[in-house]
Amino acid sequence: MAGFLNSVKRKLNLASSANDGRGDPVVAELRAALSPDRVRYDGAERALLGRDASVFDGGVSGPVCFPVTTAEVQAIMRIALKHERNIVPRGAGTGLAGGAIPLGAPIVVVVTKMDKVIEVDYDNRIAWVEPGVVNLDLTRLLHRTGFHFAPDPSSQQVCTIGGNVANNSGGPHCLAYGVTNAHVQAIEVVLPSGEVVMLGGLEAEPAGLDLRGAFVGSEGTLGIATKIAVTITPDPPAVKTLLLSFNTVRDAANTVSQIIAAGMVPAALEVMDQRITVAVENYVNAGYPRDAGAVLLAEVDGLPESIAVDGDRIAEIGHANNAIEVRVAANEEERAALWKGRKTAFGAVAQIAPDYYLHDTVVPRSQLADVLEKIYEIADRHDLLVMNVFHAGDGNLHPLLVFDARDDGVIDRVHAAGAEIVRVSLEAGGVLSGEHGIGVEKQQYMDEFFTSEDLVHQNRLRQAFDPGCRTNPGKVIPTGHSCADIQALKRVPAGVWA
Amino acid sequence: MTSARLAVTDKVLLDFAAEVGETEAVAVVGNKTRWDLGGESESGTRLVSAPTGIVDYVPDEMTVTVRCGTTVQELHAALAEKGQRTGLPERGGTVGGALAVGENSLHVLGRGRVREAALQVRYVSDDAKVVTGGGPTVKNVTGFDLPRLMVGALGTLGLLAEVILRTNPIPACTRWVRSTNIDPFAVNTMVLRPSCVLWDGTNTWIELEDHPGAVDAEQARLAEAASVEEVEGPPSLPEYRWSLPPSSLRAPAPFNAGPWVAAVGVGTVWASEPQPTSAPDPGVAALSHRVKEQFDKGGRLNPGRKPGVR
Repeated sequence: MAGFLNSVKRKLNLASSANDGRGDPVVAELRAALSPDRVRYDGAERALLGRDASVFDGGVSGPVCFPVTTAEVQAIMRIALKHERNIVPRGAGTGLAGGAIPLGAPIVVVVTKMDKVIEVDYDNRIAWVEPGVVNLDLTRLLHRTGFHFAPDPSSQQVCTIGGNVANNSGGPHCLAYGVTNAHVQAIEVVLPSGEVVMLGGLEAEPAGLDLRGAFVGSEGTLGIATKIAVTITPDPPAVKTLLLSFNTVRDAANTVSQIIAAGMVPAALEVMDQRITVAVENYVNAGYPRDAGAVLLAEVDGLPESIAVDGDRIAEIGHANNAIEVRVAANEEERAALWKGRKTAFGAVAQIAPDYYLHDTVVPRSQLADVLEKIYEIADRHDLLVMNVFHAGDGNLHPLLVFDARDDGVIDRVHAAGAEIVRVSLEAGGVLSGEHGIGVEKQQYMDEFFTSEDLVHQNRLRQAFDPGCRTNPGKVIPTGHSCADIQALKRVPAGVWA
Repeated sequence: MTSARLAVTDKVLLDFAAEVGETEAVAVVGNKTRWDLGGESESGTRLVSAPTGIVDYVPDEMTVTVRCGTTVQELHAALAEKGQRTGLPERGGTVGGALAVGENSLHVLGRGRVREAALQVRYVSDDAKVVTGGGPTVKNVTGFDLPRLMVGALGTLGLLAEVILRTNPIPACTRWVRSTNIDPFAVNTMVLRPSCVLWDGTNTWIELEDHPGAVDAEQARLAEAASVEEVEGPPSLPEYRWSLPPSSLRAPAPFNAGPWVAAVGVGTVWASEPQPTSAPDPGVAALSHRVKEQFDKGGRLNPGRKPGVR
């Protein structure tokens, strides 16, 4: 690790000894409140945390803190308040919309060391977790107990539950089980004022405003979650996974629409086009057909009597839409291989080009086929390769623009194509994001979707939690509707750019 | 810049906003099925009614756009023609009332919480603007989640005018069974997804919903553990609604002064006495107050009503 950090330092021309923050009173107070080794200020660390998994750069981190308790998060907030410094909470940094990028050299609060599963309460069917618990680790912990944590974003092997709360994350199985908001019952939050509050509760109907619901998906702008009560979901006794192959993406998309129209809500309905299935086959040999124009991965779960009926109906609808093959996973091994292919799809594109830009919009299911055709046309026109792998059951598109950033002008073409993809999604009656969030990526489109008055009201919620707009400033709401954000970003303390 | 996709042009909504106006205390009234919840409306408050009617129902998308003065019963009758329903409770009230109150349906385990039902809300603000939060698709994280904030707010942050709701398929088979000797807390280990489990200390009522073969199998599994009989439906419920963590139902002493029925796995109890009030956490109360100040500084929307006060 040290070797890697040193190589980064050399690349970035950063010397760790050049500025260790000793002259900064904020750093001194943070080190006194936490411990010296958990408040870092060397250039390499700050450079690493200047980015997240998005394509956006330009972030500059101030002091980087690794708290381990709510009291330490509270202390950080109070020090930030005292010195009028901004705060950016951060989990594993897997966000794709730039939500964790530090703007204006804020104090970055990394919660990955708050990674304990505090309690599993089977009576109330919840688990109390710290925000740094990795999504899949909770499900692994619950293995053989008959329960799991339902939200399953593709990054679930590394993303944190705190990050899932911030982004209201989804995943393939959210079609039937709902996104993160439906699985969060209570959240302990340190507000920007330093106060600690418990939002929501385990009661049937927690009293008062649903501030829990407002906090989920707020992308780290309303405070820092330090403890979360998440619902644990019973494992279904039976699962049937089908792989349907089609000559065209349109046939696959129409099958999805008709499955929903037939009154079924399968556990998952995922579509992959031929470009991505071939890449996946080369990568992990998941068992996908290389010659199909598109495949649909459909999964139903529940009682054996129930999934038998639904599995047959899905196969019938597939055949009615010209399926060239309908294959049912014969055993758990085959099922795991099919899902491994889907979940490693983004990694598989590295064999085609070194860079990709993953988009995230939602359109009405009935519009899937038409919008996909437009997306292929947009990519062709900009001389880009696009691959499509997406949560078809809820209309959540993930066009993947694959490119080599070293090619002249390619970044401009990627952004131009991306803007057109967003706009065709909106024109089809869709929304800007289904699960990645707005971050900095989609702020520029917010006033093409919402009216000025709508954004004013979103900012009212923000200001109730964070009157100074010091927590993750410059995100979600366009700055024109969030004047305090602009002010906050102007308060960059002297010396932090060093 | 093109005009915003969510810009409101519907004259019915704009007329409702004009009726709400920018001055004087104003409250929206539905069918008054929960009119006293959260405190009495201040006297002298002008009453308005939300517009009515189903605007757009798209069964294939499992979404319905409905104006908030429409009754839940009327909405569900229209959805049932296409084999669908929503998570809103049917107790004689309006769609707007059900959302503003936020109380879940008896069948919440099978139909979902009311707070998850609204995909998009349109409400009239304190300054008579029609504001939209959320979006029309079944999955959406575009901006802050104002629909969640409006559910259960008793109309104190905005007056609900129109919503887009998530719909769900009505299962092919619904069956209620009753047992006098089953452990109510073990039912959810025998049945995968009961839509409702009610217990009155002696009887346990279980609502099974799925394909007929699956319901038969679930009933057979219950019958292996206890005696069960098919019944018409749930029992009648006592007057007062309590909200507790599901685990606390194991010790019913706090609410068993008279007849009671508890929703096992949920934590709702219908009892003969009202639930004692408890003081809200001061930090949460202060935060809620700041939210109210932001959305309705003059305190003109539904004055007298306080979310969370029983």
